[in-house]
Amino acid sequence: MSIVRFAVCASAAAVLAIVVPGAQAQKKYDPGASDTEIKIGQTMPYSGPASAYGTIGRAEAAYFKKVNEEGGINGRKINFISVDDAYTPPKTVEMARRLVEQDEVLFLFQSLGTPSNSAIQKYMNAKKVPQLFVATGASKWNDPKNYPWTMGWQPNYETEARIYAQHILKTMPNAKIGVLYQNDDYGKDYLKGFKDGLGSKANLIVAEVSYEVSDPTVDSQIVQLQSSGANVFFNITTPKFAAQAIRKAYDIGWKPVQYLNNVSVSIASVLTPAGLEKSVGLISTAYLKDPNDEQWQNDPAIKEWREFMKKYYPDGSLADVNNVYGYTVAQSLVQVLKQCGDNLTRENVMKQAASLKNLELPLSLPGVKINTGPTDFAPIESVQLEKFDGTRWVRFGEVLTRTD
Amino acid sequence: MQGLLHQVFSGLATGGIYASVALALVMIYRATHLVNFAQGELAMFSTYIAWSLIQAGLPYWVAFVLTVAIAFLLGGAIQYVVLRPLRSASVLSLVAVFIGLLVIFNSLAGWIFTYTIKTFPSPFPKDPPFGQYYFSAHEFGAFGVTLVVLGLLYGFFRFTPVGLAMRAAAENPQSSRLVGIRVDRMLALGWGLAAAIGAVAGMMVAPIVYLDPSMMSGILLYAFAAALLGGIDSPGGAVLGGFIIGVLENLLGAYVIGTELKLSVALAVIIGVLVVRPTGLFGQVHVTRV
Amino acid sequence: MSAPILMPAATGQESAASVARWVGVACVVLLCVLPFVSSNYRVFQFTLVIVYAIALLGLNILTGYNGQISLGHGAFYAIGAYVAAILMDRFGVPYWLTIPAAGLVCLVAGFLFGLPALRLEGVYLALATFALAVALPQLLKYKHLEHWTGGVQGIVIIKPDAPFGIPLNPDRWLYFFALAVGGIMFLLGRNLLNGRVGRALVAIRDHPIAASAMGINTPLYKSLAFGVSALFTGVAGALSAIAVQFVAPDSFGPFLSISLLVGMVVGGVATISGAIYGALFVQFVPNAADQISKAAPWAVYGLFLIGVIYLVPSGISGAIRSGWVRIARFRQSRARPLGG
Repeated sequence: MSIVRFAVCASAAAVLAIVVPGAQAQKKYDPGASDTEIKIGQTMPYSGPASAYGTIGRAEAAYFKKVNEEGGINGRKINFISVDDAYTPPKTVEMARRLVEQDEVLFLFQSLGTPSNSAIQKYMNAKKVPQLFVATGASKWNDPKNYPWTMGWQPNYETEARIYAQHILKTMPNAKIGVLYQNDDYGKDYLKGFKDGLGSKANLIVAEVSYEVSDPTVDSQIVQLQSSGANVFFNITTPKFAAQAIRKAYDIGWKPVQYLNNVSVSIASVLTPAGLEKSVGLISTAYLKDPNDEQWQNDPAIKEWREFMKKYYPDGSLADVNNVYGYTVAQSLVQVLKQCGDNLTRENVMKQAASLKNLELPLSLPGVKINTGPTDFAPIESVQLEKFDGTRWVRFGEVLTRTD
Repeated sequence: MQGLLHQVFSGLATGGIYASVALALVMIYRATHLVNFAQGELAMFSTYIAWSLIQAGLPYWVAFVLTVAIAFLLGGAIQYVVLRPLRSASVLSLVAVFIGLLVIFNSLAGWIFTYTIKTFPSPFPKDPPFGQYYFSAHEFGAFGVTLVVLGLLYGFFRFTPVGLAMRAAAENPQSSRLVGIRVDRMLALGWGLAAAIGAVAGMMVAPIVYLDPSMMSGILLYAFAAALLGGIDSPGGAVLGGFIIGVLENLLGAYVIGTELKLSVALAVIIGVLVVRPTGLFGQVHVTRV
Repeated sequence: MSAPILMPAATGQESAASVARWVGVACVVLLCVLPFVSSNYRVFQFTLVIVYAIALLGLNILTGYNGQISLGHGAFYAIGAYVAAILMDRFGVPYWLTIPAAGLVCLVAGFLFGLPALRLEGVYLALATFALAVALPQLLKYKHLEHWTGGVQGIVIIKPDAPFGIPLNPDRWLYFFALAVGGIMFLLGRNLLNGRVGRALVAIRDHPIAASAMGINTPLYKSLAFGVSALFTGVAGALSAIAVQFVAPDSFGPFLSISLLVGMVVGGVATISGAIYGALFVQFVPNAADQISKAAPWAVYGLFLIGVIYLVPSGISGAIRSGWVRIARFRQSRARPLGG
């Protein structure tokens, strides 16, 4: 009798010993993940020369708050720790180390700035912590062979500049091009992509003039470009300077075909201050919907975004496209985390981030899809050309996707 | 040739911006013998106050006058609350305090008003005068306002008893007290006036460069240079210095060295001038007794 | 046994000196033990504190002791950092050799800048140095220098491992390395400032005419002060490049120079220990401000700063010294009844 009981107990124990750890083995956690929470870190310039972008971090924090209130992801709440790095790389290094070593976050999300991310790229890859969806358009983040833990998100500057270059070659093959660019990595990246896109015709550029973020105005540079005789103008400027450039060009009677970089495409933050009538004819590209564009007035996704802003980020500006950007990136992250299920290891986070197929998000333009793969660490590579008609951005041509 | 002319005129327009802020720096220097690094941020903050008043529906000139008054009170209050207790602190400590004020106002502006750029209205007509396009009507008007302020400042220091008392209080506080001048009151008055001038400068500058918390940080360095070039205690010199710097910066950037080295060349020029004339072009040479 | 009654005051001084000695020993022990009881992240932060302390000592030599206001020391910090980065990355020079190299380059650079600066005083010098701080990042981005400086992308450096197989991880090794360099620099500084040179510098600051009347070669000392001050700050910059493992023009904006000046004032002008307190302020107060207010952290920092100046106008080291004086006086007054 006792032998039987013993045998039953032993086999039950054996079965449990096999089954239970097996069930436990379904949940895998790296530091920062647990049954109840997912800890995410971020460095953002909330102060300093790039503080205008701080709103991106705030929009993302607001979105995670919404997700948490709606039950979280697979039952886990997002613990979003976003810290200021004042856009100075040494501070970014310090904060990234704090987040990884002290706060023990699962990964870094949407850290902003090319120099900031360059400073921590080696560290993050050495520590094998994901540097996910970095908030910069530099082309260097799509390098899974050398930096398997770093991934960008938005269409990079080079891609966009090439599209402009090709458009110019097609429509105005004898153009005289003048370029205004911000003298930093962002501006130079665009310039390089533009020249690469022009290829052997790079000599069509008759003037390339730079400005510093500390310059009060770019009026002198615009005058210089006009004097060069350029009839095409590639405007690589951030919002404040873009508005100044557009307005000044109009005021001095210079009417080139103007290509405006996507960073300054916002109707409310750039074109309205510049003057809507002065912005007619501007060509740019887009991959997100502009909330101040009349054509999206009744778009349900925009309406939902407005509700979200009102409820979760009332201080945020409804005119700022950065808030659309932050909202959309946050949504793509939520998708990645959902795909992770209960396997919340850093390796799996990268794996899922590299397995997004035809993900279409509500605020991206129709036709713009997110695609990633083991050798493709550039989630969004589609943009569409658009022209401003005085009240709205009118898209033309087809959605162009980079395939190389 | 036309390009050259255009650059010169554009430089004069930018120079006007530097000149107006430089006047505020001269004011504070003459009143206190200190250079207030926070002057630009104060001016920016005052401009935001004006913007809020205009958003609230007040007509432009009402908001203008109100803002100047508020700035005056704010400047005086800062002197009274923050600086008076530090009366005996060293110059370096005071510089540190100014830096503290600078970051406070910058940070507050960003927090309260966000970092998205805002348009600030101009009281001057929209169309450029005489059909030319070198200067906008606003740039002309702002220049005129700067001249008016310059005139008032010059007259104040030269012809009014209060101006004289203020100069004495800055020059020699101890003797001034013996003569019956209320030195503390003069200092507070000086701060108030400097803040008021700064507010005017901010409101003239904002329509050109757009209003955002970093509006003044770039301008302050050039205004500083302008004031020193012209002589830190000379209002006329500061205005002239502003124009010289504006034109020089444009010409150097366009024709000599390219925009990529503009700042280094500006630095070299500043040092060059100061080495030749250490007190600036029109500054008074101070002779001290051993 | 009878000595206390005969000379109470002397005993008070002796015991104060021995207390100071024990405090000094305790500090050294603490500094050596610190990296083993803190996380790597904290060790990294402490390394940066040492770096800032060296930089602030440099600034103090020029501005505190010699009275020449510099709002541009960030430029020498940057030059030192880039010298180290370029030597390590482009020329494969071992890291420890880059420190004296950076110091030497900055000595020359500082001296050269000090020459025209001889004509400038007070506000004018402040402007000239500030213009230097503003112009340098643009120079670093200049496309014809890009081959050396890495342009806007900057230069990535590899952190050195501990030599001779010493079982220390790179963070800890770098901490001790920085500590050693810091110790050497502080000794150098102390010998300089407490000796004839220091007195000459102070004399030039306080009574320039009397100083030159007494035979001090004022222009030479002033230019040398610039050079030596730049040397110290350049060494700090080189160390920081190795610690952060990255240099870029954005790392060295005008606000760095402003922070250094603020740190010097908060720590205590014309003091050596002030450099350490100032370094702690520069490193930790912005982080603390960020914790207090996410919305306007620099407003909190500004309030902190003004508060510190208000409470201790002669800096933290000044406050500590007057604290000691008070304690010494208190002990003396207690001891006096014995001596009569």
